Order: sequence, then C-alpha cells, then structure tokens
Amino acid sequence: MILADAVVGPSWNLLADIQELWSFPFMVNAFRAGAIVAVAAATMGWFMVLRRQSFAGHTLATVGFPGASGATLLGLSTTAGYFGFCVAAAIVIAAIPRAGRASGAHESAATGIVQAFALGLGFLFVALYKGFLSGIDALLFGTFLGVTSTQVVVLFGVTIAVLVVLAVIGRPLLFASVDPVVAAARGVPVRVLSVVFLVLLGVAVAEASQITGSLLVFALLVMPAATAQALTARPVLGLVLSVLIGVAVTWLGLGVAYYSIYPIGFYVTTFAFAAFAASRLVRLGGRNRQSRRRDAATAVPA
Amino acid sequence: MIEFITGPLSHPFFAHALLASTGIAAACGLASYFLVLRAQVFTADALSHVAFTGAMAALAFGVDLRLGLFATTIAIAVLMGSLGRRGLADDVVIGNVFAWILGLGVLFLAIYTADRSTANGSAGITVLFGSIFGISGSAAMIAAVIGIGVCLLLVVIARPLLFSTLDPDVAGARRVPVRLLGLVFLALVGASAAEASQVVGALMLLGLLAAPGATALRLTSRPYPAIGLSLLIGVLDAWIGLALSYAIPVLPPSFTIVGVATVAYAAAFAGTAVRNAMADSRQRAPRPAATIEV
Repeated sequence: MILADAVVGPSWNLLADIQELWSFPFMVNAFRAGAIVAVAAATMGWFMVLRRQSFAGHTLATVGFPGASGATLLGLSTTAGYFGFCVAAAIVIAAIPRAGRASGAHESAATGIVQAFALGLGFLFVALYKGFLSGIDALLFGTFLGVTSTQVVVLFGVTIAVLVVLAVIGRPLLFASVDPVVAAARGVPVRVLSVVFLVLLGVAVAEASQITGSLLVFALLVMPAATAQALTARPVLGLVLSVLIGVAVTWLGLGVAYYSIYPIGFYVTTFAFAAFAASRLVRLGGRNRQSRRRDAATAVPA
Repeated sequence: MIEFITGPLSHPFFAHALLASTGIAAACGLASYFLVLRAQVFTADALSHVAFTGAMAALAFGVDLRLGLFATTIAIAVLMGSLGRRGLADDVVIGNVFAWILGLGVLFLAIYTADRSTANGSAGITVLFGSIFGISGSAAMIAAVIGIGVCLLLVVIARPLLFSTLDPDVAGARRVPVRLLGLVFLALVGASAAEASQVVGALMLLGLLAAPGATALRLTSRPYPAIGLSLLIGVLDAWIGLALSYAIPVLPPSFTIVGVATVAYAAAFAGTAVRNAMADSRQRAPRPAATIEV
C-alpha cells in the first residue's frame, strides 16, 4: 500500500511547521510562485467570471499544453511555448464572429473545437517526442516543486505587467462587461476591450500554467473569483477578496501537500471548492434573512 | 483498390477500432447537433474532465474502467443539468464543479500510480488521450451496441427535444416535459462522452461532441437534414481519421480524428463566409464601376 512513513508529519505547532517549510529554498520558491500566480489568476478570473467567459478561459488554459509540448519538441524554451500558444489562441477566440442569430451557440462550439484541436496537437507533439512521456503529467497537472528563482522573477514581472494593463483598462472594461450596450453607446470601445481582455487572459493563463499545469490553472481562475462574486457585488472589494482567497487556497494547498503523499492540485482545488460552496451557502442564508428588500439592487450582475 | 480497403481491415486491431468508433461517432454526431443548438458545449467540456476522474477512480479502486466512466459522466451530467433551470446549468457552477472534479481525478491518479507501481504508469495518459487501436473485439462490440442504443434513444426524443430547445415556453405550454427532456438528453450526452473518451480520450471529447454538430449547423439551418448531416460528419471524421492514422503511423488516431473534425468545421466556416460575402455583394450590386479601385 502507501508508504506513509516516507512522509514526516506536521508537529501541529503552526509557527514551527511554517519555519520548517520555509527552510527549504524550493518550498520558499513554491510559495512565492504560488502567490504570484494566484494573484494574476484571481484578478483576471474575476473579470472572466463577470464576463461569463469561463469557457474561453478554460480553452486558453488547455492551449498551454500544446505550447509547452511543441516548444519541447522543437528544443525551444517552454515559457515561450506557453505564451506563444496562449496569446495566439486568445486572438483566434477573439476573432470568432459574434454577429448573427444563434451566435452564442456557434461561438461556444467554435471555442470548443479550438480547444479539442489544441489538445490533439499537444498529444501529437508528445507522441512525436518519444522520450517526453514522463514529463507530461507535470505539463498537465503542474509542478510547484522545482520552481527556480529566475522563474519567480519572470512570473513576478509578468504579473506586474498584467496588473498594470488591467489597471489602465479596468474601469472601461468593467463598464463594458456589466452593460456592453450602454457602454458602446457611451463610446467605450467594447470590441477592442474584449480582444485586449482575452489576450491578457491568455498571458495570465500562460504564466500560471507553468506552475499549476494546463488542466488545473482553470481552478485558480474560476474558483476564487466565483467565491468572491457570490459574497460581494462591489468591484474593488470583490477583486481584493478574490486575490486573498486565491493566495490563501494556494498556500494552504502547498502547506498541506508538503506533509501529504497526495498531489497539491487535489488540495488546492478542494480548498477552493470548499470556499465556493461555503460562499454559496452564505449567500443563500443572507437571502433568507434580508428577504427581498435590497436584493435586486445588490445582486451580482449575472 | 480493393487491396486498399481490405488491407487495413485484415488487421483485427483496425477492424475493432473501426467498429467501435463508427458506433461511438454516430452517437456523438447526433448528440453534438443538440449540444450546439442548446448552447451546452461547455457542459460537454466539463464532462471531458469528469470522464478522466471517473476512469481514474475506477482504476484506483480496481473497478471496471467502463463502469467508472459511464457512472460518473452520466451522474455528473444529470447533476449539472438539475442544478440549473430547465436542465441548463449556470456556467460558473459548471466551471467550479468540474475544476474540483479534476482535482479529485489527480488524487485518484496519484493513488493509482502509488498503489500499483507495476508497468502501468501511463494509464492516466491513455485515459486522457485515448487508445482506440488498443480496443479488444468484445469491447468494440459493446461500444458499438451502446453507440447504436444512444442513437436510437436520441432519435426517439428528437422531435420533442427540438421543440423544447427552439421554443421552451411554447413547448412547456403544450405539455412537452421540457425539464425532463433536458435531463434525459444530458444523461445521453454523458453516455456519449463516456463512449467518446474511449476513442479520442477524455480530453478531446469536444472533437466528437462539438465539431460535427457545429459543422452541420453551418451548412444548413433546416433541423432534420442538419441532424442527419451531423451524424454523417461524425462518422466520416472518425473513418477518415482512422484511415489517416493507419496510413501515417506517427500520427496518433485521436489526433487525426480531432484534426479531421477541425478541418471539416473550418472548411464549412470558410465556405459559408464566402457564400455570405457573395450573397452580400450580389445584393449590393449593381455598383458603379468607379467605386472599385485597383
């Protein structure tokens, strides 16, 4: 069965445990990288959830996989592969026309086809690069351990760049997301903003997937953001909450995974899902107490 | 010429793959028309992760893999449908649920690989990316029979499902059980997803569950021809994909099938775009020659 004695249990003295965790440079790097990535994902995820673009976000997340495997095949850096493919896919998804009657259905179908093809391409690259099969799990499900200090610096730079662009376009983007028709009438460039947003989402996802893996990055995008939006409709508070939840579940997951034989991805998604479920319950409770009084005015734009 | 067809078929692995993927692709083709029409592609996307978790759970606990696949995809599909109104779930709820289920899948993968350290380290990869050329004769037969069963059920509910998709309010007033139909449909989608993950793998389900329907809907807006076309495109995608993979062995069959499906969609997309542009210019004609500048 499972080799339980290979794992040293926690002493349950919180300070001592944290001290022990951080005595390893690789754990310190993992905590840093986790926090940096969680901040970018939670912020972009908040807008993604608000704009109801979870599907596009998930597709961009999976596209990182062919990016990384393709780069490995060609002997390029995987970082370049992640960013190249995710940004290219963001542009493709943004180019899918929205005009016409059943546009929603066509748009999501086209997004899904982009996703399936990208994953197929990723598998092809893996199949062509024969010696690579052992690394595929890390590409899909991530690896927090083994993050180098240079990587942390790169991730930090990318997160700052994403946040700066978001700060610049934040207000019009919020307006365009909540009420695109009125925003367009007021002269907000809704279409351009949606392209810029998708590209930015692609960058954030490419950055985060390098740590979380292509399949689990979506959890960091959608879960903290959905939790925050269930708790508050106020934008700034929601964004702060989303970031706090994102960093908290990542760190908690890292800490618990260190003492466990089970993978970090399981812990992070489970803690984040617990937070989401709790927020839904809180909202339901709040609904019942307040009855319908102020509900219509404060409801999350949905 | 006959050699060209009988050659591959004389290999049992190819004949089995062809049999299984024909039944599966037909079911997925039919389901995909309704999935796209009902704008439920994201639900199918979620099922791709659910299928992975179901299969890994079955492997981790030593249960039959197919049982794990079908039980989880059908159960979660119905659950996601029942969370929303009219059997259509909220996409944020879908996203959260499947992100967590994928986390569970990672746990089961870890349990499985830790528990059975024997040569099966790549089982997770097989589940994610499919291995249709490895299917056994009996498994292929079961897959084909289930595929035909799903097809028949979909054909039976096609008319009321179409009605409740296009106009749920009027259908409800006419006493069509809109919600129940939505749930039954999702259960069938769950079964198709479990089937499809045996062909193209759990991750690439959308190649079979979104592409054929979307392609058919691009080509015609009349429902019944589109339903037939969707089935046909699904089966042809699978056949051409298998043949390509046989002819060029470096290309894995899951990639070629999804690739063919993508190319078919892109061609239909481009074709309709050109046709619309030509229709537009014909409407605007006659144009004064002076406005055309070279």
